[in-house]
Amino acid sequence: MSRSPSGDRVALWRNPTFRAYVLQGVLLAALAALIGFIVANTMANLEARGISTGFGFLDERAGFSIPQTLIEYSGDSTYGRTFVVGLLNTLLVSALGIVVATIIGFAVGIARLSSNWLLARLATAYVEIFRNIPLLVQILFWYFAVLQALPSPRQSLSLLEVIFINVRGLVIPDPQPLSGFAATPWALLVGLIAAIALGVYAKRRQVRTGKALPIYWLGAGLIIGTPLLVFLLTGTPLEWSIPELTGFNFSGGVRILPELVALWLALSIYTAAFIAEIVRSGIQSVPDGQVEAANALSLPGGITLRKVVIPQAMRVIVPQLTSQYLNLIKNSSLATAIGYPDLVAVFSGTTLNQTGQAIEIVAMTMAVYLVISLVVSALMNVYNARTLLKER
Amino acid sequence: MLYKNKFMVAVPAALLLGGLATASQAATLDDVKERGSLNCGVNVGLAGFSAPDSDGKWQGLDVETCRGIAAAIFGDPEKVEFTPLTAKERFTALQSGEIDVLSRNTTWTATRDNSLGLNFTATTFYDGQGFMVSKDLGIESLEDLNGASICIQSGTTHELNLADYFPSRDIDINTVTFDTPDQTAQGFAHGRCDVLTSDTSQLSALRLQLPEPDSVEILETLISKEPLGPVVRQGDDQWLDIVQWTIFAMVNAEEMGVNSDNVDEMRDNPPNPGVARLLGKDGNYGEQLGLPNDWAYNIIKDVGNYGEVFSSTVGEDSPLKIQRGMNALWNEGGILYAPPIR
Repeated sequence: MSRSPSGDRVALWRNPTFRAYVLQGVLLAALAALIGFIVANTMANLEARGISTGFGFLDERAGFSIPQTLIEYSGDSTYGRTFVVGLLNTLLVSALGIVVATIIGFAVGIARLSSNWLLARLATAYVEIFRNIPLLVQILFWYFAVLQALPSPRQSLSLLEVIFINVRGLVIPDPQPLSGFAATPWALLVGLIAAIALGVYAKRRQVRTGKALPIYWLGAGLIIGTPLLVFLLTGTPLEWSIPELTGFNFSGGVRILPELVALWLALSIYTAAFIAEIVRSGIQSVPDGQVEAANALSLPGGITLRKVVIPQAMRVIVPQLTSQYLNLIKNSSLATAIGYPDLVAVFSGTTLNQTGQAIEIVAMTMAVYLVISLVVSALMNVYNARTLLKER
Repeated sequence: MLYKNKFMVAVPAALLLGGLATASQAATLDDVKERGSLNCGVNVGLAGFSAPDSDGKWQGLDVETCRGIAAAIFGDPEKVEFTPLTAKERFTALQSGEIDVLSRNTTWTATRDNSLGLNFTATTFYDGQGFMVSKDLGIESLEDLNGASICIQSGTTHELNLADYFPSRDIDINTVTFDTPDQTAQGFAHGRCDVLTSDTSQLSALRLQLPEPDSVEILETLISKEPLGPVVRQGDDQWLDIVQWTIFAMVNAEEMGVNSDNVDEMRDNPPNPGVARLLGKDGNYGEQLGLPNDWAYNIIKDVGNYGEVFSSTVGEDSPLKIQRGMNALWNEGGILYAPPIR
């Protein structure tokens, strides 16, 4: 029994807190019962119809091949492995797409606000064209109209007889590390740490003395120079496997699938059009007074943009940018249209078809996209929190 | 559109299987009669088997099988709704009840028959997996394919056959996977791959879609057995029998020399007791299936016997010109053999 504010004892069902808890509890129980009912029913029906269920199929031999695998895979691998292969391919094209879409998007977004008439109009045309054509049509355009029009392997276009491009994709030399190469990555790590340390020192020095170090040049020198020096000192322990035309196709080198390139291009170009608009709106949300103040301090245009405008614009940009990244990841499932072996094409396509276990596979696929999206969203939220207006 | 279909089929399927909880497995025949039409899943476009003609009417061997079933049930071969399905979508569409019968050049395999909750009925076409290559390459046997790129349709037995065949012979190949027969053929035509693999019947059909059909050849070696036939859901034996005996009736009709031209005359004056039983003059073979007793008469009158359908869709009267070969009757050198109606 609880007491009313006046101190009188009231009946339990009149206590709003108690009532709220009961209501929530009942709702939760009803939801759990509903889900339990659906699951039990599904299982019973699948059983009755003689459709096999469970996740045992993940350990069975897959027996089909996949054209692009980032990890070891053969027809003898398991269906579980096809899941990982498909997932990695999805992550690869998404990561590549996010990087390029961000670069193009920022460039075009800033260009739209340029005082150069031609540049601004070109950027507007870019946004209006690529934002308004359905993505699937763009993917098919890049794949069938552009990349499939390239010459056959025998008539490949080549760059210095080392890099080849043809209808089967792009073939580039493949670096083969020899013994002693291991020192180079370590040197890169040392260079990176040194560059970060230098950055911290330079910032403190600037705060103390007001003098800036040429941090970008020094940093780049450390990051590139250290591993290069070690690489040369250890006697260049790297060999290139140069692609060579043998029989049907090139042997040696690394082949980049045209399906990957088409999907990557289409996703980047399409998403960049949206990012450009987001960047433009972000920049325009920064009050003019900020730029005027920077001009009054006679800061150069580049520094004004980098140090004054963009940091403030990011507060507007980041939440919407997150949505675009998530869209890009999910749109990558259109890969199946051109045969890029992503998660949907491989796992919820071929694997589903070979095993027939639709419910398990579709559920796993949906869970994967949910998890990827939540992780990206969480990371972007962390970044957003850092760029938020600091209330002082 | 097509690419989204996979989810559109799979997700409702998942929901349906859960949702249909209380409904017991209704008899498919009753559903079909009540609806007034048969829902038949066919290929999205494969000349000779199922493809819309210039008037938008579906044509082909698989399509005629469905028309035969409709003729047996309704006495009207046009009471069929065709649902085009990709290889990947087909089983889910059948499992979820979106279609009543899947007649889509589907290979009869153990997994598909035993673990998908489906049953194969009969074989309408005996096929094997073959290879199509450009004549310029001068390929004579499969051993010459080392290093080649092979275009293939996803969700087929062909994917598995390739992975069985080549690695065990130390032949290195690259597969390029597409969703529909059309895209696969386009990939081959553009030179994305050196070889197109599929059932030989499909290859003959896809070859006609190429810009220069004479520049390619189909290799003689077949690497698999591909018995193709209609599929139904497991657990409805009456429906299984109807589909199965529709095909048997068509084959038996050919064997007895009954065709769409002489079927009326044959019914009026049956030359032998076998024909009388087939055409419903004797016995109640239609009623045993839950169909009108003139079921087989309707099939033959409206659709034709197996030989007629074969020759007009894929055989000598069609652009494909596929030989009867294995698909000839058992007494004419083939392996087509239907149980007797008696």
